[in-house]
Amino acid sequence: MDGIGRKRAARGDVTGGQRRDRLLAVASPAGVLVAWEVLSRLGALDARFVPAPTTILHTMALMTRTGELPYHILVSVRRVVLGFLLGAGPAVGLGLLMGLSRPVRSALLPIVSAAYPIPKIAVYPLIIFYLGLGEASKVGIVAVSIFFLVLLSTMSGVLALDPAYFKIARAYGADARAVFATVAWPGALPQIFTGLKLGMGFALIVIVGAELLGSTSGIGYLIWRSYQIFAVDAMFVGLLVTAVLGWVAAAALDWLEHRVLPWRAS
Amino acid sequence: MSTRVAPPGLACLAVNGLSHAYPGARGPVAALDGVSFSVRTGQFCAVIGPSGCGKTTLLHVLAGLIAPTRGTVTLPPRSPGRLVTAVVFQGISTFPWMTVRQNVAYGLRALGLPAAERRRRVEQQVARVGLADFLDAYPHQLSEGMRQRTGIARAFATDPDVLLMDEPFGSLDEQTRLRLQDELLGLWQGSGKTVVFVTHSLDEAARLADRVLVMSARPGRVTADIAVPFPRPRGYGEVRSDPAYGAFTARLWTELAGSGRPAAT
Repeated sequence: MDGIGRKRAARGDVTGGQRRDRLLAVASPAGVLVAWEVLSRLGALDARFVPAPTTILHTMALMTRTGELPYHILVSVRRVVLGFLLGAGPAVGLGLLMGLSRPVRSALLPIVSAAYPIPKIAVYPLIIFYLGLGEASKVGIVAVSIFFLVLLSTMSGVLALDPAYFKIARAYGADARAVFATVAWPGALPQIFTGLKLGMGFALIVIVGAELLGSTSGIGYLIWRSYQIFAVDAMFVGLLVTAVLGWVAAAALDWLEHRVLPWRAS
Repeated sequence: MSTRVAPPGLACLAVNGLSHAYPGARGPVAALDGVSFSVRTGQFCAVIGPSGCGKTTLLHVLAGLIAPTRGTVTLPPRSPGRLVTAVVFQGISTFPWMTVRQNVAYGLRALGLPAAERRRRVEQQVARVGLADFLDAYPHQLSEGMRQRTGIARAFATDPDVLLMDEPFGSLDEQTRLRLQDELLGLWQGSGKTVVFVTHSLDEAARLADRVLVMSARPGRVTADIAVPFPRPRGYGEVRSDPAYGAFTARLWTELAGSGRPAAT
C-alpha cells in the first residue's frame, strides 16, 4: 500500500557525514587524554596538582581492590535510585493531574513555579533538620531535586497533546479514568522521559553535593575526604566515577525509553 | 439538551431547533441558529457549507461532545453491544501510541463485550478496510490513507446506529480520497447505517450521499435540502459522466454561494 516499505529502508544508512561525526566523538576525548598524559610525563603538568591519567587509573584499580571504591559507589547509587523513584512517582501522577485539570493547575502551578527555581542543595540543611543525618536526608534531597522538574515536564507533556486525541476518547465513551490511562499517560510519556533524563543529571549533581556537605559515605564524601588528606589522584577518581555513572544512567534511560515507546517514529 | 429517545416513524435521527453559541471576547458567538432536520434510517446524508458555518459544531453536538445552547437531538435508544453514534474525525484519527488493533478496539472498551467478541469485531473490520497485514503496526508506520482507514474501522467496529463523519478525507490526496470514497460506499451499502457526512467538497457530497443539506455561513442554518438523483452503485466514472452531474453540482454551488433560491426538496 501507499509507500510503507520506503520509510523503513531509509533507516540504518550511515552517510559519510555521520561516520565522521562518530569518529570525532571518540577521537576528541581520546586526544585530550593522550595530550594530558604526554604533558604529565614531560613534567609540563605538576603531578602533585594534576596527576596523569595512568596514575588516576592506577589509583582507581587500587581503591577497587580494597573494596573502598565499590562501597562508596553502591551507597551513592542506592541513594540516587531510591530518591529517583520516590520523587518521580508522585511527580508523574501530579503532573498528569495538573495537565488534565484546569482547576488543579490553577491552584498548584504558582506554588510549583515558585519552588522550582530554588537550588535544591540550599534546602539540604532544612532536610537534614527534618530527616536527620542518615540515609533519609540523602534520599530526600534527591527526591526533592527531581520532583519539580519531572512534574513540570509531565504537565507540559499533557498540555502539548493535540485536543483531537481527547475528542476521539470522549466520542468513544471514555470516562475520566480511561482518558487518564489511554490518552494523558501514554501521550505524555515522551515528555516524561525528557524530564527523567534531565532529572537524572540533577540527581547526580545534588547527591554528590549533599555527600560533600554532611556524610560519611558516598562518592561526594570520597572526594571531600581525599581533599582533606591531599590525595589529588583519589579526587580525580571520584570525578571520573561520577562522570561514568551519569553516562550509564543516561544510557539506561535511553534504553528504557526505546523499550517503552515503540510507537515513536525513529 | 439532547435527549436519547427513539424518534417517531422511519427517522433515525431528528434535530429540532438546534442553536449553539460559543463564548467569545465580546459576548457569545453564534455557530448554529435554529437547525432542524431529520434523517431516515439507512440514509446517507451529506452536510456542506462554507468554512466556519458550524458543520463541525453540528457534528459534535450529534456526537454528544458539545451540549447545545438550545434545541434537541433525538437519537435511537442505546442497545447492548453497540454505540449510538461513532465518529470518524478529520486529520488526526488514530492514537499514535496504539497499534492498529488497539486503535480499532478503542470504541469497544465501553461496550462491555467479551474479549473474544472484541477480537472478532476488530479483526473483521480491519480486514474489511484492507489492513489485515498491519494489525500490529503503529500509525507512524502507515500512510495517511491507512490511518484514516483505521479510524473508519474503529467506527464500524462499534456497530453504531449513526455514523458521523467530519471531513474524514479532507487531508488526503485526490487519488487516495477517491479510493477511500469507494471503500466507504462498499462498507456502507448493505450495512443499513445512517450516515451524517460533513464535507466541503461538492463532488464528494454528490458522489456519496442520498441527500445534501446546505448550510449558510455563520451562524449556520440549513438553507437547502436536496435529494441526490444518481443511481447506485456509484462508480466514479458513472457519476462523473452522468449528464445530470454538471447541473447538480452547479445547483449545489448556487445554493452554497447564497444566491437565495429556496430549497425545492
